[in-house]
Amino acid sequence: MNSDLSSFASLAPAYPELILAVAALALLMAGVFLKNSSSKLAGVSIGMLMALTVLVIFQPATGVLFNGGFIQDDFARYMKALILAGSAMVMVLSVSSARENGLAKFEYSALIVLATLGMLIMVSANDLMVLYIGLELQSLSLYILAAMKRDSAKATESGLKYFVLGALSSGMLLYGASLIYGFTGQTQLDRIAEVILLSDRSIGVLFGLAFLLAGVAFKISAAPFHMWTPDVYEGAPTPVTAFFASAPKVAAMALLIRLVTDSFEPLARDWQQIVFFLSVASMVLAAFAGIGQKNIKRLIAYSSIGHMGFALVGLSAGNLVGVQGVAIYMAIYLTTNLGLFACILALKNSAGYVENISDLAGLAKTRPFVAASMAVMMFSLVGLPPLAGFFAKWHVFLAAIEAQLFVLAVIGVFASAVSAFYYLRIVKTMYFDEPENDFSPVPGELTFVMAIAGFLIVTYYLTVGRPLVDAANFAALSLF
Amino acid sequence: MMVPAVGLAHFLTLGAILFTLGVFGIFMNRKNVIIILMSIELILLAVNINFVGFSAHLNDLAGQVFALIILTVAAAEAAIGLAILVIFFRNRGSIAVDDVNMMKG
Repeated sequence: MNSDLSSFASLAPAYPELILAVAALALLMAGVFLKNSSSKLAGVSIGMLMALTVLVIFQPATGVLFNGGFIQDDFARYMKALILAGSAMVMVLSVSSARENGLAKFEYSALIVLATLGMLIMVSANDLMVLYIGLELQSLSLYILAAMKRDSAKATESGLKYFVLGALSSGMLLYGASLIYGFTGQTQLDRIAEVILLSDRSIGVLFGLAFLLAGVAFKISAAPFHMWTPDVYEGAPTPVTAFFASAPKVAAMALLIRLVTDSFEPLARDWQQIVFFLSVASMVLAAFAGIGQKNIKRLIAYSSIGHMGFALVGLSAGNLVGVQGVAIYMAIYLTTNLGLFACILALKNSAGYVENISDLAGLAKTRPFVAASMAVMMFSLVGLPPLAGFFAKWHVFLAAIEAQLFVLAVIGVFASAVSAFYYLRIVKTMYFDEPENDFSPVPGELTFVMAIAGFLIVTYYLTVGRPLVDAANFAALSLF
Repeated sequence: MMVPAVGLAHFLTLGAILFTLGVFGIFMNRKNVIIILMSIELILLAVNINFVGFSAHLNDLAGQVFALIILTVAAAEAAIGLAILVIFFRNRGSIAVDDVNMMKG
């Protein structure tokens, strides 16, 4: 096979990945030679990730590279912009609390950049091998990040749990990949679809599909593969939890969408049943399991399980509107979560960072801006109009109804109503309980993230709504 | 000849048995986290047997390339797993599975 690269310019679709790969190595070298440079390197990484976001948005180079292993299309560009922006924002969030969380090391920036690189490769993977490499690059970086606070028993335990269950999920994904390879003879995603289309529906391919989807469901933490999520979110340092809840979810969801709409398009009836089940299980489990939670990071873990369930409602429809809905949902989910974590990282009193919901009592009297931002995020997560969260849910439920999946839409609305209880309980604690804690002043960059996220969510319909819907439509069109 | 030749079905059966053993090793084991790491390796090697078996059966090299990639990544994964286990042991003084219990619910 000849190389399909004629010149350096023909690599244009892969520029973001190449830049990140070189940057990660450069960060490691700089970290070794420059002492006490962790905050400077974090600044450099933030600037680079933001510049790459702009590059991905404005550089429309698309194409298939590396003998069909790598694909850059509008869908990949949309998801990559979300991932890069999310990673940059997480690095901004972690500046103020880096020392307390054991993240004031140059390895932190390098690991975030490597994990982001893995996510970009996942989104652009067009071959099972590339998919696996991207997934593992991301997962291995995340295992280390979870256990980065080395003297904390909770953080190391969460790293250990994440590692064991993550490795199990990779094993299931690989077993599925081996069956798909064996029964189709192909590893390239689009060729797998061609072979499945021409042959009969073989039981081997169906088994492979089920294992593959189980492996990916672990990564997006859809029930019943969610067991690791609450423990890992609670134990990991808060900025790392913010990272887990944002960019990797987008990447894994993009991977799932590409797998089912590209490779397994001929088996739509089969994978739709699996996605339907994952969606219902996640929404219902998260709605009820979140009720009894006292730790706010644990609550967000259940909330993110539930939101993955809502996003999967759109994917169950399996059509253009559905994929467009999921793309919109992921963008709004990412923004809301980053804003929410900015609020949580701002909650610091003389004894350190607080994590219990009861500690939020009377926040509206002591820190009105933080309380207001948090209330906006909570109302958006519930899905109250006219906030962004309402439109996110509206798009996915619309797709489900157009695909005649009325049961799914009804269960979704029901789960949304139940989960409103624990979101609104936080608002009640902040606004109607007597203050107990005296909170420290909020660092400027957290206020900045809160303000940006809050602004986008409140004015969604007037400002970003229309361009986002158009971009998501473009992204979805490139898959069908 | 009374002995049947070793074919694809034998490889797949072996792979499936090893994979199941690995999964059960993770969930049934109540003793030691090291055994979980061994089970993870067992799962990955079961997948490799599948890939090599399919590769030979299909007369196609991609499966063997995939198996080599998995071997490499498995080595990195084992290194990270052991590193996390070492810092866990420093904090808790134990690597018993029953002691991995600070967070519940």
